Amino acid sequence: MAVLARAGGEAIRAHLADTAPLPPHSRLRGPETGLVMLRGRAGGDGAAFNLSEMTVTRCSVSLPCGTVGHAYVAGRDREQAELAALLDAALQDPARRPALLEAVIAPLAAVQAAADEAEARKAAATRVQFFTMATMR
Amino acid sequence: MAYVAVKGGEQAIGNAHAWLAETRRGAAALPELEVAQIEQQLGLAVDRVMAEGACHDRGLAALAIKQAQGDLIEAAFLLRAYRTTLPRFGHAAPLDTGAMRLRRRVSATYKDLPGGQVLGPTYDYTHRLLDFALAAEGSAPEAAPQAAEGLAEAPRVTELLAREGLMRRERASEEEPADLTRQPLTFPASRPARLQNLARGDEGFLLGLGYSTQRGYGNNHPFVGEIRQGRATVRFTPPELGFEVEIGEVEVTECQMVNQFHGSKAEPPQFTRGYGLVLGRGERKAMAMALVDRALMAGELGEERTAPAQDEEFVLMHSDNVEATGFVEHLKLPHYVDFQSELEVVRRMRATAAAPKEVAE
Amino acid sequence: MMRPGFSDPVLDAQSCFRAVLEAMSRPGRVQRLAPVLQPPAPLGPATAAVLLTLVDAETPLWLDAGAEAEEWVRFHCGCPIAATPAEAAFVLATGTPPDLAALPQGAEEEPEAGATLIWQVAALEAGEGWRLSGPGIEREHRLRVGGAPEGFRAAWAAQRGLYPRGVDVILCAGETIAALPRTTRIEEG
Repeated sequence: MAVLARAGGEAIRAHLADTAPLPPHSRLRGPETGLVMLRGRAGGDGAAFNLSEMTVTRCSVSLPCGTVGHAYVAGRDREQAELAALLDAALQDPARRPALLEAVIAPLAAVQAAADEAEARKAAATRVQFFTMATMR
Repeated sequence: MAYVAVKGGEQAIGNAHAWLAETRRGAAALPELEVAQIEQQLGLAVDRVMAEGACHDRGLAALAIKQAQGDLIEAAFLLRAYRTTLPRFGHAAPLDTGAMRLRRRVSATYKDLPGGQVLGPTYDYTHRLLDFALAAEGSAPEAAPQAAEGLAEAPRVTELLAREGLMRRERASEEEPADLTRQPLTFPASRPARLQNLARGDEGFLLGLGYSTQRGYGNNHPFVGEIRQGRATVRFTPPELGFEVEIGEVEVTECQMVNQFHGSKAEPPQFTRGYGLVLGRGERKAMAMALVDRALMAGELGEERTAPAQDEEFVLMHSDNVEATGFVEHLKLPHYVDFQSELEVVRRMRATAAAPKEVAE
Repeated sequence: MMRPGFSDPVLDAQSCFRAVLEAMSRPGRVQRLAPVLQPPAPLGPATAAVLLTLVDAETPLWLDAGAEAEEWVRFHCGCPIAATPAEAAFVLATGTPPDLAALPQGAEEEPEAGATLIWQVAALEAGEGWRLSGPGIEREHRLRVGGAPEGFRAAWAAQRGLYPRGVDVILCAGETIAALPRTTRIEEG
């Protein structure tokens, strides 16, 4: 779910094209966009306070076998929410799970990890190396 | 105040809006701004509109900026209005800013600290010389350099002082915080209500107030304990699942402002902190918010309240730029009847003053 | 298997809201709801539509409709479930409703905090039964509520003394609804 929440609908669809087609699903609710209130803590670790709302899109679908999948994803990408819900349902099927993890989740996770890593390295490149009197001597 | 219903001006209003649309677009010979361009290339404006509109959605904020011709208060107003059309699914778990994926982290109190001073993509240390190369189109800068490894762990600076017992501890509570989007502000305001108000408050107003505390209006001796900027994970518990899931991440800026506190009867001399947390890369706003948050703690800490920044009613009632805009700008709407009555009063007073005084007998 | 909610959440909820508004402003008049739902038993289609329209994450609901209905309502409305009627913003009764006095009545300064009772009854018939009068009714309106318990009229009369505090009622039967806002006077027919 964490991986799908950070992946665009288009990217999820592109990876799904490489796998066996998923069973048809019916929409139980949504996809619909609403708000979730974000919270912070005073001082970072104190009492909770309401920071700001954020747009979130949710979707729930069911498969012909009766399995239900849910998804909540930040933003307004309805396709992302629906595909994430569909995958949530399909991943509950032990027969499909390994292939889906390999074809969809793993590559998306790898792209996200690479982007995080690149950003962390750019940040590390801006870390200050102090030359104090002590080290210059 | 008195109001009277008048009709008319429909066509004038329609024509004015048509002209507004034409003005907004500018010269048709130039390519139209794309919303995605605003989102990418005017990112700090997008951040400010999200923070003051109190709604995280980069695409909507960029659209609002385009529609408002770059008037960021108008854009925040548009975003606030739009959010009222959406249902509320619930609230997320408090963001764990200690665990955010850092882009920037600096401290003015310690030179050497675990995790180091990380500048990130900052305007600090630029020379503020206009870069005419940007006026020429088609130049993309080179990719920023990358270190061989990512960042080391960077614990919160305030935690270092707290471990020594020199920092006043925040009391973590699971109490349901006040929500200004549902309940109006009442006084005295709780700290969570104050922080929510400041987080969505006007950057200029908070900047001025924060500055005033530094110039002696309020007893502040602040140091930037830490500024952290990066992406924090949003965790939400859908009622139908009953367990927490990650639903995305948001970029935030956090500022811990450290202040000396001389102590009171109840508490020993120690450091206290003001806290700022805003959506996006609003560093100036986060710093100003932290200064004002600390000033507003005067009451709790038993300090004398002498300055505007310490007066919570003054600060909290005037920090919201959408509210302020509404009340200030309503003055330009017709007040014909009001003014007519004032005219008559003034005329009568002048007539009375000009009339020969009756001699008291 | 979870049954779906409105097929078009926005427009269906709008048309149901319009019907509730109409019902509240013309107390006792029976309104027919357009979109037909197939909610889990014992919920009727009108009851389900009113729930989907009015109840959400910010309104705690107390209900007596059993586990399956509770799961359906929680899923589609996202509402917290109140432990007692006294903690609820909406109270759903499919059987005998709880005592009106046990529901939140609001305060003098916040009469809007009074609860709304969504009450599923056996039948709603205009033209006979109770004689209703008050705001929204020109002279008198007749409504028969199938299955109303003995003491309801007395409890309703008692609550009128609390005005502006009090509880509003939305009656649901099959695909129809009618409302009894707290301002309405009920007399035996």
